[in-house]
Amino acid sequence: MSNEPTKTPVEKLCTGIEGFDLISQGGLPKGRTTLITGTAGSAKTVFAAQFLAEGILKSSEPGVFVTFEEHPSEIRQNLLSLDWDIQAWEEQNLWRFVDASPQPGHEAIEAGEFDLGALLARIEYAVRTIGAKRISIDSLGAVFTMFNNASVVRSELRRLSAALKSMGVTTVMTAERTQEFGEIARFGVEEFVADNVIILRNVLEGEKRRRTIEILKFRGTTHQKGEYPFTVLPDLGIVIIPLLAIELKQRSSDMRVVSGSPEMDRMCGGGFFRDSLILVSGATGCGKTLMTAEFIHGGARQGEKCLLFAYEESREQLLRNANGWGIDFVALERNNQLRVVCAYPESAGLEDHLISIKREIDSFKPDRVAVDSVSALERVGSNRGFREFMISLASFVKHREIPGLFTATTATLMGGPSVTESHFSSITDTIILLRYVEMLGEMRRGVTVLKMRGSKHEKDIREFTIDHQGMHIGKPFRNIVGILTGKPVYLNTENADRIAGMFND
Amino acid sequence: MNDHEKYLLKLYITGHTPRSERAIKNLRRICEEDLSGHYEMRVIDILEQPQLAEDEKILATPTLIKALPPPLRRIIGDLSDSEKVLLGLDLLVQSHPSLQGK
Repeated sequence: MSNEPTKTPVEKLCTGIEGFDLISQGGLPKGRTTLITGTAGSAKTVFAAQFLAEGILKSSEPGVFVTFEEHPSEIRQNLLSLDWDIQAWEEQNLWRFVDASPQPGHEAIEAGEFDLGALLARIEYAVRTIGAKRISIDSLGAVFTMFNNASVVRSELRRLSAALKSMGVTTVMTAERTQEFGEIARFGVEEFVADNVIILRNVLEGEKRRRTIEILKFRGTTHQKGEYPFTVLPDLGIVIIPLLAIELKQRSSDMRVVSGSPEMDRMCGGGFFRDSLILVSGATGCGKTLMTAEFIHGGARQGEKCLLFAYEESREQLLRNANGWGIDFVALERNNQLRVVCAYPESAGLEDHLISIKREIDSFKPDRVAVDSVSALERVGSNRGFREFMISLASFVKHREIPGLFTATTATLMGGPSVTESHFSSITDTIILLRYVEMLGEMRRGVTVLKMRGSKHEKDIREFTIDHQGMHIGKPFRNIVGILTGKPVYLNTENADRIAGMFND
Repeated sequence: MNDHEKYLLKLYITGHTPRSERAIKNLRRICEEDLSGHYEMRVIDILEQPQLAEDEKILATPTLIKALPPPLRRIIGDLSDSEKVLLGLDLLVQSHPSLQGK
């Protein structure tokens, strides 16, 4: 380590693991060893295997897998579920196992000094035979349990680490830890094997499992700090959600797009901005899905492609409701102008929802996106997980430079904030509130544009009605205050005049 | 010990290091003393034949494998602990009361 010329910057090797190269700012330090540590079930082995698999799939780099725990046949079988045919790769000399897993009947008697020279020789031999560029070693803790003499194991692992470095291969070693927050790894392995440490966590948070990855240190090079959520998908393996590592470099566009309602366009000063996020917040049943449908319909009339994610209603319900407002979703889908994705919020974790949203957007390439409602996803994850989800979703949609309309349901019927709003309002460009207004014993609906970044907008709270042709925005409510807080108070004309007068001196 | 029973002993080493040489010497001495003539000893250098180590899944060196007679046994180290070697070779049953109960 110390005899390296200090002027050469540490090169990085693109791992190909989705999201990882972003948070690591280019991949794993090339030619070095990185320790992956985590508790049982934190996906260490998947990471180690995927590091090799991506090398083969994306850059035809052969890899050696040294296993101290599971038998190669088990690993082959487990990874088949990820669509990785290890056996085929072995036949093509792209993958080689060094099987150091416990063999029945191989329990050895220790009779004097020994070293792990045979293991080193086998690893070197495997690397040489297939010209490996990547090595995964899974896991170091298991080596300690094989031999009584821990100090020999320790010094031999140090020797192995040095040997790997001189072979010029990039190595991933896994080690287990007993707690999510505590010592880095058992047996203190991080002290002597690796300049680089990554921690995988699988934390139980509010009855939900949440996986995160954290790059603890990369010696001599930079990386993103902190924990990033990830998930393990059946066809992709580990997918890391880079959250704020996504560069916020979206352009601000002056181009306007239709909201779907001419009155709403007027209230917004000429429509929504093309690359803006619009949050529509309101109590259940007060017209959010209708606004979503109009947003879609308006886009489709302009010849745009629209993508709708629905988490509150089934497909049939949604199509029927849209029909009731005179909007034919089925016809739009037939014309490939619309794609409706309905999912039950509890069907997956937040990370999985996020990834499936991203995949849909990437494959359908819509001109506008709507999510109805994001608050339905609130209950799937922890508070923190949800905040990260919202931020990630928002920045992803903004990156596409398309308008995104998200709805949020308020907790109480008469208004008040929702969790979604508190996490989301600062990253949205436009906030539209829909509210029930009780007036003289009658329920009416009000709509107002609370905020619109970069544009003039109307400040009135207008009444709107819903019929078989959709939404009709009418006149502003006058002589009434407290609509937004859910406690409307009527003013007689005299009071209203007095309040109006307060602001003209 | 059955006179017709022949021992097949394979000693895996990594190069001719002092530790390897010690293991060879120790094994030779033990064999001469306890197995006079009834053994075949093979020394395999893993650096020259790494595939053999792969086949036998050897991790530590030196490793002594008692291939015959059954049961197969593995002993690792420079074999300086003679009693453990004898135990591993099943040559130590009654004669060494110090090892009883181990």
